[in-house]
Order: sequence, then structure tokens, then C-alpha cells
Amino acid sequence: MQEILEIPAAEFHQTARKLKEEKGMDFLRSLTGMDWGEEGMGAVYHLESTSTGATMTLRVRTADRLQPELPSVSDIWKGAALNEREAYDYFGILFIGNPDMRRLYLREDWQGHPLRKDYDASDLTNPLRMTNEEAVDTTETLELNPDGTLKVQENILFDDKEYVINIGPQHPATHGVLRFRVSLEGETIKKIDVHCGYIHRGIEKMCESLTYPQTLALTDRLDYLGAMQNRHALCMCIENALGIEVSPRVQYIRTIMDELQRIDSHLLFFSCLCMDMGALTAFFYGFRDREKVLDIFEQTCGGRLILNYNIIGGVQADIHPDFVKRVKDFIAYLRPTLREYHDVFTGNIIAQQRLKGVGVLSREDAISFGATGGTGRASGWACDVRKRHPYAVYDRVDFKEIVYPQGDCFARYMVRMDEIEQSLHIIEQLIDDIPDGPYYEKTKPLIKLPEGTYYAAVEGSRGEFGAFIESRGDKYPYRMKFRSTGLPLVSAIDTIARGAKIADLIAIGGTLDYVVPDIDR
Amino acid sequence: MFDFSIVTGWIHNLLTSFLPYGLAVFVECVAIGIGIMIAYALIAIIMIFMERKVCAAFQCRLGPMRVGPQGTVQIFCDVIKMLTKEIVKIREADKFLYNLAPYVVIAASVLAFSCLPVNKGMEVLDFNVGVFFLLAASSIGVVGILLAGWSSNNKYSLIGAMRSGAQMVSYELSTGLSILTIVVLTDTMQLSEIVARQADGWFIFKGHVSAVIAFIIYLIAGNAEVNRGPFDLPEAESELTAGYHTEYSGMHFGLFYVAEFVNLFIISGVATTIFLGGWMPLHIPGWEGFNAVMDFIPGFVWFFGKAFFVVWLLMWIKWTFPRLRIDQILTLEWKYLIPLGLVNLLLMVIIVVFKLHF
Repeated sequence: MQEILEIPAAEFHQTARKLKEEKGMDFLRSLTGMDWGEEGMGAVYHLESTSTGATMTLRVRTADRLQPELPSVSDIWKGAALNEREAYDYFGILFIGNPDMRRLYLREDWQGHPLRKDYDASDLTNPLRMTNEEAVDTTETLELNPDGTLKVQENILFDDKEYVINIGPQHPATHGVLRFRVSLEGETIKKIDVHCGYIHRGIEKMCESLTYPQTLALTDRLDYLGAMQNRHALCMCIENALGIEVSPRVQYIRTIMDELQRIDSHLLFFSCLCMDMGALTAFFYGFRDREKVLDIFEQTCGGRLILNYNIIGGVQADIHPDFVKRVKDFIAYLRPTLREYHDVFTGNIIAQQRLKGVGVLSREDAISFGATGGTGRASGWACDVRKRHPYAVYDRVDFKEIVYPQGDCFARYMVRMDEIEQSLHIIEQLIDDIPDGPYYEKTKPLIKLPEGTYYAAVEGSRGEFGAFIESRGDKYPYRMKFRSTGLPLVSAIDTIARGAKIADLIAIGGTLDYVVPDIDR
Repeated sequence: MFDFSIVTGWIHNLLTSFLPYGLAVFVECVAIGIGIMIAYALIAIIMIFMERKVCAAFQCRLGPMRVGPQGTVQIFCDVIKMLTKEIVKIREADKFLYNLAPYVVIAASVLAFSCLPVNKGMEVLDFNVGVFFLLAASSIGVVGILLAGWSSNNKYSLIGAMRSGAQMVSYELSTGLSILTIVVLTDTMQLSEIVARQADGWFIFKGHVSAVIAFIIYLIAGNAEVNRGPFDLPEAESELTAGYHTEYSGMHFGLFYVAEFVNLFIISGVATTIFLGGWMPLHIPGWEGFNAVMDFIPGFVWFFGKAFFVVWLLMWIKWTFPRLRIDQILTLEWKYLIPLGLVNLLLMVIIVVFKLHF
């Protein structure tokens, strides 16, 4: 549990700028909207310096519950823009200076802000609406007049003469129900407006009325290609809070499972990218081999996609007796197959032309947006949580953090392809000497977390996945927030894809490798 | 080599023996029309089945297996399904053009299809400017695609149609140039005559390097013109859902689908006719015995064999390569293929003038 700095709202913007410029706190890990009841509303900011590695947690609050206002930091950390919209959506906190103060997930005509503790969740406030949500072409920026009143400034997103095309919510290349409104000039993209929330399930709200073991069930349903890692993060966060030390056996199993999951995810990434680019044969190759990982999972966990494997204090079941042998067989099989992938796709002249130099994300932007994972590493930012804040047994294994400096689609692609090999290498080091021991620690039937705030992060398949818990000592979390790995990626897409072609947008979306349920939560 | 004109001549004589001449010709025209339509449908079915099986083989799958032995009846079932499906009416669409578009595409395809000389004496449309006619007929198709995209009242369709227009019009030049290269070599534009000139060796062998280059350019450009393979951006499903035929359903979609496959066959058929000797058997000068054996294989077997080999080549490319981007497609055409085609044409002229060919 880290010291939380309380900063008055009036000074916050200045302080944030100073922190970024003087202390190098250039990475906004997580922005969590909060409702502290009597004490007012506000937000918690997790910061990290990419140069020194120092971390910091800030808390800003405002006592006004009717019209809570906070200064926006979207001009300091670009990634804050969408996160602030999320906080506005959930808590009704107005961020002064954010260029776009629309709701992020819920409909514009939604009544109330669901994560506020005084929210009325009855069907009468928000009945099932039978009309479509109108697409709006304008948005609002809030600014403060010198006398403290609000000045609403209207921003035009798309004017009448623009050729605006919807990519999504139902579209083969958005990998789920994500919607881009794209303004085109011929085939060239002028602007992208991201609409999220088509598969928003209110998981964070649901968690507030579930006991801790129950909340675990929802993490698998966030980023379904990082089910193991997501649940690992939440279990780790709760275990840290409770002070449970899991056995080395569990640490080994969790690490191996995380890496298998990463391979699974990256294989799917390869397949889907190939399919998006029109190379259907390579798509089948990837899926064929992903099945083998899923078979291994199925044998041990019983599930293939929703795995439900980690529990507080350990894992659900011991590994299957065949597990070690099958994993070894798989490693031996995948190495030569990866070369085949490179033959059929990576080396292809068309693939190279489609990916190289397309959709460049600079290192500064990657950090500013908080685009972690393969995307950040392809922009030259060594952002691997496994190296930054080692957990499980990652400090004991030898592996290389793949970093490419180019920041284009090809770099993002190569990072993930090379990471598969690194994952194989990690598993190889661990698989032969999984220590004996209990596969779970006995916990109390009723788990209550001591009062406080907790944050734990793991390297998910596509970036830093964090679980933030604020506990008031109950058996339910007071506030539970998941740092989405996909939201920063999606928030960066307008910057990346501007000036590119439609076909490039597909390649960019494919290489960013977002998973929509993880964005929408 | 069996001359099919014996059969047609016999039928003609039979009909004129008991019918007035004009009526006899009319009956023949109707019969040939029906014959072409049936052949067209059969080719489409074979092509679709082949596509599914070939792509399955490339993708470590089996393809259709359940209906009939090895899934052979699958495509017939698909046709029946397609015929019985409702043709959905689109609100705000330009009804007349929307309904007309698939027929324009299919008409262009059938016209081009009838130009192919399948066997000796088995040509339907064969006259002294055959090549010219073939190019003209096949380029009507782009009009249908543009109409389809424009009249659907769908932004995806419109983008697909625009891409298609840009692409097909551009690549027509390259196909034209590469065919012209061979026309220079043969000094005839009659397709049956072009085949006849290849009796002593296919043009791809006779025409030196120039013919080989023309053949490769033709394959690339032809592939682009039928919107397939790495050039399938007009219907790039991961970008534009289905491009210009997004809004079409039932048999109207079926017509686009069928036309696409038969166009692929036509491209291969033309490649066969012009570069690979059409229905001419493989003759190697000096190997009399071998040549005599080859002559026993009927011409249409040669023709279909070669055409399907080219089809297979194009499918191989399609199922291996990723898709190009629109600017890359146009760059490839205007900056590389057309200059190369022109230089190649000049080279062929030099070869012909100095009689350097075999």
C-alpha cells in the first residue's frame, strides 16, 4: 500500500504539470474516478516516471457533490482524455478543460451517474429505451470564467459536408463491437471519433456488490485473451492486501499459465491481423496452433476461454498430470511453426509494404497515452511490467524485453511475434522444476480486506493490466477499478491513423490488438 | 485433331434440309445461346467447388465434405438456396439501377465467355477483331459494378465501387498491352487464328522473353481486373464488409458471385488461348511419337486442362497473399506495369521486325 498524496483541486493542474516536467512523471498509469460519500468526489491518479521508475499516487477531491468539478489533465497526459470521460460518465465529475466532455460508455440520454453512491438504480430512472441513440456531431468543452462560473464551448466534431463513415459497431475488423466514426477525404482519414460502450456491462459497478471471491469471476470476461493474467492481477491485489504469501508452486503455475495465455493471445493476434490484411491462409495457421494452447488449458482448468483458474491464495485445481508433457510438446512444435509463419506472412512483400512505415506512434505519444504492452514496446518504450515491477517468478527467469524503435505497424507486429518466442523461453525454464507444495493457501471463508487502497498490476497480453481496490473493511469492495489495457490504445487511434488510408486503419487496429470487452468493461 | 465444325456443319445441313434458311439460323442461335448459358452455369459451379476445395487444401482443411461424395453436391444445394432466397429491397436505393447492375455484370461476363475457342471449330463468337471484342465486352463489367455501388445508397458500397472503377480501368491497360504484344507477334486479332498459329509451339515459347513478360503482366493485371487475389479491395471484407455488393441478397448477389468466378475462368481461358496455345496439344519439334500421342487427347481437354491450371495458379496467389492498399495498387499499375508493358511491346516489335522469334 502506497502513500497517497492529497492535492487540492485548485492547485492540481499546476502540480500535475510540475510533476511531469520536474519529476518526470510522464506516464499516467491509471485514473480512477471516486465517490467518497461525505468526503466528496474526486479521482485517484497513479503516476510513474519512465526514466527513474518512481511511482506516485495522487488524490484530488472536491466537496461539491451536486456539480463536482476538477481540472482536466488531458493536456498533460493525452491518455487522460478518455479516462476523464469515463469518470464523468460514472460519477458526473466535470473536468474543466477536457476538449470533449461526452459520456464514454453509456448513452447520452442516460439519467444519473451509476457509480455514485447515491445513484438510483431502479428501472424507472433508466427504462429500456426503444429508440436509437442519435449520432451527435458536436461536443462540449467546459472552461472556467474568471468569476468561477462555467463557460460551455461547443466543439464541432464533424461538419455537414464531411463524408463520415461508420466503422463498426458491427464490422469484421473491429474485433468486437467498437465503433469508429471516420471522416474521409477520398480514402484518406481526416478524423476518427471513437464510440465505446456497446458491450459495457458495468463490471466495476457489479463488483461493488460482490464479495471478493465473486469478483474474480468477472475478470476473465474483461480481456478474454488475457483471462489468466487479469485474474492474476486481481488475486495478487487481494493477496497483497490480506498479506497472504502464496506458495512457490502457485507462483510457478501462475507464471507458466500467464505465458501460455500470452502465446494464445499473440497467436490470435497474428491470425486476426493476417485475416484483416486479406491473407486468409495464415489466419488458419494461427488458429490451428492456438487450439493446442486451449487444449492444454482445458485439461487443467476445464475452460478454454473463460478459465476461472486463479483464486485468492492459489489456483483452483492442481495442474493435470499430463500438463508438463503437453506443454513441452507444444514448445517443441511451435518453434518450427513460427518460422513457417514468418515464411508465409512476415517475409511477404505485400505484407511488409502494408505494415512498414504505417501508423507510426512516437515514443512520447505512447507514454503520454499510456499505450503499454506490445504497442508501447514497438515505439521504443520499455514498459513491460514483468521487468518494471516483477511479480510471480519473473525476477528469477531470464528473458528479453522486446523493444523496437520504429513505432509502426510492422514493429508492433514483430514485437508480438518475438514475444511468443520469449514466452516459450520463459516456460522452458520453469516447466521442468515446478516445486512441490500446496496449490492454494487456505483463506477464511469470508474475506474482508483491511481498510485502504490497493493497486496491483501484471503484464497482460496487451499491456499493463491493473486492479485498483479501495476497501472500507467490508466483505465487498468499496470501489474496484480495472486499468484497461485497450482503452489507451483506442484513445491513441485518432493520432495514429490521421492521414492514413482506410486500409491502414484496419492494419493499425489489427496491430494495436485491442480487445473490446476490455475497453468497455 | 478432331474438328468440331464437322458436327456443327452436320447440324446446320440437317436443319436447313427441312427448315427455311433464316429459321434454321434462328434455331441454331437459340440452341447455342442455351448451350452457352448451361456451360456458363456449369463452369461457375465447377469453379466455386474448385475454389472451396483448393482454398481448403491450402488452409489445412477439408472443405465441403458432407453433401454428396466429397461434398460434390454442396454447390448445387448452394445454388438452390441462392435461388430461393428473398431479394431484399433497399430503402432509398435507386431501384432501377440497383436491379439492373447485376445483369450488366453478368451480361459482360457471358459475352466475354462466348469468345473463348474451346476446341477446333468450337468457337461461338469468332471474327477478325475477336481480341478487340473480347476486351470491349469484358470491360462493360466495371459499369455494372459502379452502378451497383452507386445505387445501393451505402457508403461502403460506394467506396468499393470507386476502388473497383479505379482499379479495373487502370488494369485494363495492362491486359490490353500484354495481349497486344501477342497480336504484334501473330498479326491477327481473330482468336481462332491466334490458336491456329500456335500449332508448332505455344506463344509463350515462341515469343522469346517478351512473351513471358507479357504473360506475367497479363496474369497480374487479369487477376486485378477480376477483383481477386491480392487485388480484392473492391470487396475487401475486412475493410468494406463486402464492397459494392454489400446490399445485394439472393440471386442478385448470386449473379455477382457467379460472374466473379466465371470472370476468373475467362481470364485464365484468355491466357490459355493467347499464351498457352488454346486447345493446341503440346508439341515438341522432333519428337514425332510424343507429338502423335499428344494429338490423341481431344482439344477441349487441353483447353480446360490449361485453363484450370492457370485458375489454380491464381487461386494459389489469392490464398497466400495479403491484400494491397489502393494507392499501392495504382502505383503498381501506373508506375511499373504500364511502362514495363510498353517497353515489352516495343521489344516484341523489334523481335518481329528482325524476325528473331522462332
